[in-house]
Amino acid sequence: MKKVYQILIVLAMAILIPFYGNAQCKSFAKKVCKLELAPYIHDGNFNAAILTEGEDAELYKTFYAGQNYRIYICGSDALPEIEFQVLDVDRNVLYDNRKENYSRIWDFTLESSQQLIISLRVKNSEDESEELISGCVAIMFGIKEDN
Amino acid sequence: MNMKSLSYKRLSFGVVIVFVALVISSCSSEKKKKDAEEQVTIESLEINEKLIQDVKTVKEIFYSLPSPLETAMILKQAGAVYNEELLNPTDNVTNYVTNKKMALNLGVYTTDLSYASLFDQTQATINYMSAAKKMADGLGILGAIDENVIERLEANINNRDVIMDIISETIMSSSSFFEENDRQAMSTIVLVGGWIEGLHIAVSLAGENVDFDNNELIKRIIDQKLTLTTVISLLEDNVGNEDVDDILASIKELKGIFDKIQISSTEIKSVTDNVTNVTTLKSKTKVEMDLSTYTELKEKIKLMRNSFTL
Repeated sequence: MKKVYQILIVLAMAILIPFYGNAQCKSFAKKVCKLELAPYIHDGNFNAAILTEGEDAELYKTFYAGQNYRIYICGSDALPEIEFQVLDVDRNVLYDNRKENYSRIWDFTLESSQQLIISLRVKNSEDESEELISGCVAIMFGIKEDN
Repeated sequence: MNMKSLSYKRLSFGVVIVFVALVISSCSSEKKKKDAEEQVTIESLEINEKLIQDVKTVKEIFYSLPSPLETAMILKQAGAVYNEELLNPTDNVTNYVTNKKMALNLGVYTTDLSYASLFDQTQATINYMSAAKKMADGLGILGAIDENVIERLEANINNRDVIMDIISETIMSSSSFFEENDRQAMSTIVLVGGWIEGLHIAVSLAGENVDFDNNELIKRIIDQKLTLTTVISLLEDNVGNEDVDDILASIKELKGIFDKIQISSTEIKSVTDNVTNVTTLKSKTKVEMDLSTYTELKEKIKLMRNSFTL
């Protein structure tokens, strides 16, 4: 009976967590993250997930010559620092926020269009609590017309 | 076991499931409470730890296509002019009755909406928002574009920043709705519709006699070779969905043409302006494409766009 309960718990979590987490993430991205993009305009894309400390994620996107971009890595306050790097397709590092005091914002423009990789990792908490911390992380893109 | 105790256990079990789910997915890191539920929580701890171990090995991968808003901004920045005749007439909304057609044309109309708004075409902006709303309603995207959105648009029709914000919010509401309702295939189809509409506008505006080296619109069209890999990755994530399979087959034909274009790039150097704190990624790109490939590309884009909208 205990095993049946355990299986049911896992199944229930698998069903409940994505709905609860996604809805929470959407609300978080809309209410909190978008504000940080100003004066850039949010491109409208929704790239967000619930991440646990130590977990990493990557995003592949083409960025276009002459456009002004802002990348904002938006994470819940409860999460530890988020490391993020911008890499080219050969995985050469073009930006590393560890050198910028874990800044979550990076503004850039390009001379020629490039496919880039946004690689991020939620650091492990220094808190020795046995409980792992999870939270919503959104990768937001802002674009801006030339003045 | 009498009925009362059985019901109590069922109730407790339900409460525990919700409790455990909320604790794991919560943004906060509250300590577990030592209350009456502790015994069952401890029983499930082994599973939680195993689950968390599994989660830790998962790597989230996102593929991001240019949104309709970004597509319109790329077009404008590349020197596009406004030509309403290139857009999908809003009267066509009644022709789209399948989910596939409605999703494709939600993307198409959202790109047209973004393009019109960037060129301050107020009436066209309202018309295309209404057309996009009809597609969204048909797809059951609750609340993405409600009457309030149209009213806000009308009330702020001369304030471009607010209009951009409304469009951006509309795009995000649609994509997140699909995400939340496990309809990623539809979300991808919307993006592909918007992407092809952007290509259609670009090739139409670039004209017949093109200077590959100096025409910024042509350069942005060629750049789509880079985005094409992302389009295919997104579609392949949803292989097995009949609508996606059809579109993927057509996109792979498009790839066959893009493959004839050679793009090479020098190493990228990051240079940061200390005053503005804006980094410029400096690199030079060399493109090799002959006229027949460009003609083939234009024809294929026209065919695809017609198959989406007619």
